Amino acid sequence: MLIGPKRGASGPVQLDEESRAWVSALTAHGFQRDQAVTRLHDLLLRAARSEVGRRRSTLPHLAAIELDDLVVQAADDALFAVLRRLEDFRGLSRFTTWAYKFAVLEAGVKVQRRAWQGREVPLEPSHWSSVVDSDPSPLEAVEHHELGAAIRRAILSDLTERQRTVLVALAVEGVSIDVLAERLQTTRGALYKTLHDARQRLRAALVAYGFGMLPTPEDRT
Amino acid sequence: MSGLLNRLLGPGEPELSCEACFDELDRYVDLELAGADADREIPGMRAHLAGCPACAEEHLGLRALAAADGDAPEAPA
Repeated sequence: MLIGPKRGASGPVQLDEESRAWVSALTAHGFQRDQAVTRLHDLLLRAARSEVGRRRSTLPHLAAIELDDLVVQAADDALFAVLRRLEDFRGLSRFTTWAYKFAVLEAGVKVQRRAWQGREVPLEPSHWSSVVDSDPSPLEAVEHHELGAAIRRAILSDLTERQRTVLVALAVEGVSIDVLAERLQTTRGALYKTLHDARQRLRAALVAYGFGMLPTPEDRT
Repeated sequence: MSGLLNRLLGPGEPELSCEACFDELDRYVDLELAGADADREIPGMRAHLAGCPACAEEHLGLRALAAADGDAPEAPA
């Protein structure tokens, strides 16, 4: 089961002093607001730079100037998002933490897309069928040979074509979900729903094949 | 066991959607950093982070930033 976003306003929340100052300045007019927007952009630049730096290893061949360009683009897009969604800030976290998440999201998506730029995203069966058809397949490299074979069978016969494409691309081929979403012209959330449904169906199929005690995430660590 | 099995089967328990995760991630991180029981306050977040690598990376990035927040510019006067 996927739990969706909470709808409707929560009860009144006492903003901390710093968060109140941010919201007050960003909803003011004239010079005070302009100053606050500039400071917010600085904050988001710092956050985007931190996030791009954290993911630097996925872009080993990118020059510093190109990384800086990603940082600025991410901060600009995050600023737009924060200002557009300012009314959504409920005060359930510090304002800065709330604002940072937009910069982290934008930076992460841009880094992933840049890392996959020019690379083929395996979507057609001919690309991934070797993964599930070959003998032995990588799936059977899992510790339990019989479970691997059952998973291969379930992927081929119990999933819809869309579920198979999404599950194999994300879980087997390691395609970034945001890159796949862009290629399939959908959203991360919609793709994750498909992935979730595929996983549910895969689990149900494995139970039907006699694997009643599937490992939990704790078992698999 | 294998990371592949993890990625194929997912967490296998109720979890947040990606949209709900994004909505709650800032609160979750601040609760974590405050030493509160974030998983009890926001059920389904831990399972989602186990099943969604993209959201899990954002959790790591946001947590690192929020933890270093002492370096952040001061709020507007």
